Amino acid sequence: MTTRVVVDPVTRIEGHLRIEAMLDDRNVIHDAISSGTMWRGLEVILQGRDPRDAWAFAERICGVCTTVHALASVRSVENALGIQVPPNADIIRNIMFLTQMVQDHVIHFYHLHALDWVDVVSALKADPAATAALAQKVSPSWPYASTGYFRDIAGTLKKFADSGQLGIFQNAYWGHPAYKLPAEANLMAVAHYLEALKWQKEIVKIHTIFGGKNPHPNYIVGGMASAISMQGDNAINMERLNYVRGLIQDATNIVENLYIPDLLAVASFYPEWTQIGGGLGSYMVYGDIPQNGIGDPSRFRFPRGVVLHKNLSEVLPLDLADSGQITEEVAHSWYEYPEGKKALHPWDGVTQARYNGPKPPYKQLDENGGYSWLKSPRWKGNAVEVGPLARMLVGYASGNTEFKDVVGEALGALKLPATALFSTLGRTAARGLETRLAVRWLMQEYEHLITNLKAGDSATADTSRWDPSTWPAEAKGFGFTEAPRGALGHWLHIKDQKIANYQIVVPSTWNASPKDGQGQRGAYEAALLDTPMADPKRPVEILRTIHSFDPCLACASHVLGPDGRKLSEVIIR
Amino acid sequence: MENPPLRPSTYQVLEQHGVDRRSFIKFCTAMAAALGLDATMVPQIVEALENKPRIPVIWLHGLECTCCSESFIRSSHPIAQDIILNMISLDYDDTLQAAAGFQVEDIRKRIMKEYPGEYLLAVEGNAPTKDGGVYCTVGGETFLSILEETAEKAKAIIAWGSCASNGCVQAAKPNPTGAKPIHALLPHKTIINVPGCPPIAEVMTGVLTYILTFGQLPELDRIGRPKMFYGQRLHDKCYRRPFFDAGQFVEAWDDEGARKGWCLYKMGCRGPSTYNSCSTFKWNNGVSWPIGSGHGCIGCAENNFWDNGPFYQRLSGIPVPGIDSTPDEVGATLAGAAVIGVGAHFVSSVVRRFGQKPAQPTPDSGDKGRGDV
Repeated sequence: MTTRVVVDPVTRIEGHLRIEAMLDDRNVIHDAISSGTMWRGLEVILQGRDPRDAWAFAERICGVCTTVHALASVRSVENALGIQVPPNADIIRNIMFLTQMVQDHVIHFYHLHALDWVDVVSALKADPAATAALAQKVSPSWPYASTGYFRDIAGTLKKFADSGQLGIFQNAYWGHPAYKLPAEANLMAVAHYLEALKWQKEIVKIHTIFGGKNPHPNYIVGGMASAISMQGDNAINMERLNYVRGLIQDATNIVENLYIPDLLAVASFYPEWTQIGGGLGSYMVYGDIPQNGIGDPSRFRFPRGVVLHKNLSEVLPLDLADSGQITEEVAHSWYEYPEGKKALHPWDGVTQARYNGPKPPYKQLDENGGYSWLKSPRWKGNAVEVGPLARMLVGYASGNTEFKDVVGEALGALKLPATALFSTLGRTAARGLETRLAVRWLMQEYEHLITNLKAGDSATADTSRWDPSTWPAEAKGFGFTEAPRGALGHWLHIKDQKIANYQIVVPSTWNASPKDGQGQRGAYEAALLDTPMADPKRPVEILRTIHSFDPCLACASHVLGPDGRKLSEVIIR
Repeated sequence: MENPPLRPSTYQVLEQHGVDRRSFIKFCTAMAAALGLDATMVPQIVEALENKPRIPVIWLHGLECTCCSESFIRSSHPIAQDIILNMISLDYDDTLQAAAGFQVEDIRKRIMKEYPGEYLLAVEGNAPTKDGGVYCTVGGETFLSILEETAEKAKAIIAWGSCASNGCVQAAKPNPTGAKPIHALLPHKTIINVPGCPPIAEVMTGVLTYILTFGQLPELDRIGRPKMFYGQRLHDKCYRRPFFDAGQFVEAWDDEGARKGWCLYKMGCRGPSTYNSCSTFKWNNGVSWPIGSGHGCIGCAENNFWDNGPFYQRLSGIPVPGIDSTPDEVGATLAGAAVIGVGAHFVSSVVRRFGQKPAQPTPDSGDKGRGDV
């Protein structure tokens, strides 16, 4: 007999996601569907607008991974119009990109993912002195590790629990047999949950300095709006740059002395999760962090490429402009293509919403019909995973020593083989490892900016094509980035100085996509297969694997409506 | 062990957390300062926090991007930890909640049942109304129905951000999902609109702590915004205002004016038509703000700001009573240092025009605002 476990809402994510998992009589998942349950229609809204405004609309796709859509958007317009931004603009964008990645990954680990592994109630039983000893062993350089510190945290926690008002911690899966950490490790993690919450508001000040605010800092087509004037007090100057440097140093401390030690400590208690949640085994990376302009992928810090079927001996080349490579399908999506089930490249994307799911309120979706507001993007017909694990594996398989070193070090510390990376825990670990690279690169990009300034180059924008009268009558472009959750692409068609078409294919669409016409599952669905569940009513195992991808559903759901065409049709059955 | 009160006050909880009275009073003083209150109000804050129970909060997410939640946790005074652990009982919030699935929905239903008329409803995002609301569902139910159900017995409703307050990006033309702001969906409720994309963190926590402290809603303007944070035009308190008055403008990105921090009016800045606290509090604990970092304001707290673009087109055709000139001409004139008196008159006239209140919003009105300037 099949038991169907429904998790909706999946919490501690961005947006609205529903998972339905089918369990066999041993409570092992044998099928699963992933459904995005919201749609906002941003691409429809972008049509007819000034391409220079598009970044601001696109940025509002997501406030958790703020900046990434703005970056992909300005790059798409610059690509279409042939604009090459000054080196300083690339560096400032790289600094903002890396700032986002570090902040987002740390928040994900502590505030969105940790409670899948950390039992807050068990922390109540911890001995403060033993916790201090553990913390000092786990991270000798982290200063807050005294018995008194942990006694205070334990006291806070106990009284919070005794008050009877448990807020965000109520009704969760505490005491579930899948929680394996000793009480002291749980208490240490709770303390660090609070430390990370305090810190995350600091690093984003880098966005505020260059972009004016966070969330949603400002970008411009052609460069960055924050001019540099080392001899003035009304632009980026030494005081501002020192501020940035200090924030990068603090971030490095948090990553090296809090996040990574905690990650390795937690991982060491869950070795079985290196055998669960592997999923597709195929990975794709667009690449990012240009060192010689966005047009030169060979000089990206994150290398571009595809690894198929866990074959780390080969990295396949990738081309975003090739209509035969990246395509989207709608076989199980609530959209309709005029030409039926044909897969389309984003530049040719034509879709109309066509809801044919059950009428709300509903109990379950139909896995044989349409079941999601997400489409199914594929690379040369392959379902692939994107994100930190993909980046680490493509970097590793490319033979890049920076990647090989951090991966090797972590595997050595945990005494695990490289194949352990193809798993839920591998995904979670890869996110931490790339954060180590990210803080390192953050300081390098900063130093690079200083070097340029010393050489007398303080340009931040190329405005030669700012005026729309300099544009061709028609232009097509694409922009991309490696968002915290993976490969992100924007495809744009400009006609008569306006946006004629705008198509966005985001990381969580790759990962959370429904099955395609060939029946290939998306990455979430594939990763849930063969997972044993201890208690189907308390689905902590599902949360672990889904959270290991760091879902972002506001990003994922989209649609394009061609001019004049009816935008949506709803069939309620 | 003595029986604790059923619902402890904020002070009792702080006390349990090892906060001594001296620190508590300091906290109250800091809060008064953050709220812009006179020191004589501190005892009232102390009294309120000592005796009022922690209020249950249900924080719903509709069509949105979660930037409001992200902004909220950036608050510097008070910090998010203090609010979540000590000041409110955040009983439902999909973004931070430990539980998932039906266990979460059970919490929402329990709070509604056990605390009718006592819980605070915070709404981030808005609801699609087209096609029976299928464009946003949670737990198999439409967000629209969840919103209506949860609002019914709420003590007060806060609309976080521009999505909930005025529709924001998904309600921009052609509004494919029929997204509507909260006040349009709950016409008989008093709603505190806290617009901005997102709102400034300390504005969000300021509104919340004001309600907790005084046990009443802040004074609202006629479109439901707290006057204390949305009463000022950015332009009036902009540190670049002297450059506007002097006719010194950024003409292109990274030009001499940009490097000297001149006025961004000609780059499309919406400071002259935007009411928000950016030019006073700034962002991320006062580090900078959009204009401070060289980009004009896009007016993200104003109704229909997405359809008031293009963003880089200056607010144009400002009719000035008695004087047929524009800031371009005034700038040119002033640069010639000829008629300072006329310039001053012009500027004050512009201020009067800009100073007019925007028109009363309607839920899905089209172009508004620009014409009103």
